[in-house]
Amino acid sequence: MEVSDRGRAQSESKLIYRHSSLVRVTHWINVLCLTVLLMSGLQIFNAHPRLYWGQYGADSDPAIVSLDAEETDGSVRGVTRIGSVAIPTTGFLGASKVEGELTPRGFPSWLTLPSYQDLATGRRWHFFFAWLFVFNGICYLIYSFLSGHVRRDLKPDRDQLTARHFIQEIADHARLRFARGDEARRYNALQKMAYLVVIFVLLPLMLATGLTMSPGIDAALPWLVDFFGGRQSARMIHFVTASLIVAFVAIHIAMVLVSGVWNNLRSMITGYYVIKPERPPI
Amino acid sequence: MFLSGCDRLAQNEKVRNVLDMAETLTKTTQRALLSQGALAREYPEADISPVFKVNGTSMPDGEEYARLLEGGFADWRLVVDGLVRQPLSLSLADLKNLPSRTQVTRHDCVEGWSAIGKWTGVPLSVVLEKVGLLPSARYVVFHCADDLGQTLGGSGRYYESLDLVDAFHPQTILAYGMNGEDLPVAHGAPLRLRVERQLGYKHAKYLLRVQATDSFAGIEGGKGGFWEDFGYEWYAGI
Repeated sequence: MEVSDRGRAQSESKLIYRHSSLVRVTHWINVLCLTVLLMSGLQIFNAHPRLYWGQYGADSDPAIVSLDAEETDGSVRGVTRIGSVAIPTTGFLGASKVEGELTPRGFPSWLTLPSYQDLATGRRWHFFFAWLFVFNGICYLIYSFLSGHVRRDLKPDRDQLTARHFIQEIADHARLRFARGDEARRYNALQKMAYLVVIFVLLPLMLATGLTMSPGIDAALPWLVDFFGGRQSARMIHFVTASLIVAFVAIHIAMVLVSGVWNNLRSMITGYYVIKPERPPI
Repeated sequence: MFLSGCDRLAQNEKVRNVLDMAETLTKTTQRALLSQGALAREYPEADISPVFKVNGTSMPDGEEYARLLEGGFADWRLVVDGLVRQPLSLSLADLKNLPSRTQVTRHDCVEGWSAIGKWTGVPLSVVLEKVGLLPSARYVVFHCADDLGQTLGGSGRYYESLDLVDAFHPQTILAYGMNGEDLPVAHGAPLRLRVERQLGYKHAKYLLRVQATDSFAGIEGGKGGFWEDFGYEWYAGI
């Protein structure tokens, strides 16, 4: 569906219908789900802020990542350990202020839900929003395949898959030059690939590794444990994948901000997106 | 602002009731997937954790437990009662004379860590068949010797419960042995529960009494377990 008058000169802006209502609704439900899942997930992580690889892992087993609190001379220091590297992170990771006092705590209270230490409540929020995330994701996927959204909007076009095109896109991104005119009707190739990786790799990986941490699911679907190499490996992958999704969201928001924040926001709320005219040749 | 708003939401009764729907959904889904009586993974002995983390109580307080421990648990009895045809009081020797099962399984704590250990004990189903459950029995409640602190409406005594699906599962055992030796005090001597398809807090230690019941009302905080009374899920399959 297109509202603009195709006959108008290329020098004028055009309003196009970019996002269907289902994409918009599932997008914002996903924003809510991922926010709550991240914050309640960090609450759950804080109950045991160490990550291992393999079938088992507890206090006396070697950790790959740990957010430790060390007490010396009555003062608490936060230390983040990744392998054999120790990074002082007092105030943020390992130890941070709770009611004005430096306290042993994996992630700080402003990143967790609830803000105070409460594993039971964190779990209830996490699993409720995990279910909502799954239902929302199923609706999105069914719609996206049946409507042609994946094929039409997300699959890179043939001309976008050349090395020359990629180099051009990377250069354009680096200079914060965004597509105008007809080129702005489609997502760029880097954007398409980022969306595809998040939708078909990272988010399903979150769900699968989350389920692998469940003793009930492990009994029902034992191949999951084998696939990820153990419950503790699954917990590690769950954490790393969550970090990659956070990185994606950070870049996604940055791109929304620099490529026309109101236009982008309007299109994800009302569906309508303004295509700016091509730059006049210099 | 945002944070304190979240905290207020998290404490709101109605919000909690909505969030609790997820537990029902999880339990229903997992039970459907587990309908064939699937077993939890059993590991080779080589996978046993070098150190099995001690969690919760490591040494119950009180003279009663100290006296039992001193006597090598010769005076200890497991009382099996409630909605049963034939209540019983079993000694450790009685339990060891019943059929036994040994399994190397992974213990998954709700906090996120895991440890693998070898457990030997009598299947709970064997004991329940001995006493004969009445048709009205729906749950089995485990009463323990350890005290983890004052609970809301409870005595502070540790307790747990299972429904009959998990109570009669072949890997649900009353374990008296760990890693080829007698169950150590720190891991629940003389007898603890193993429920391999659920999280660690269901695996009650220091067992004294197994009670068949039709409801949790009137038992401690009324939610079917020590941690459940603090808001943890009764169905701990995830």
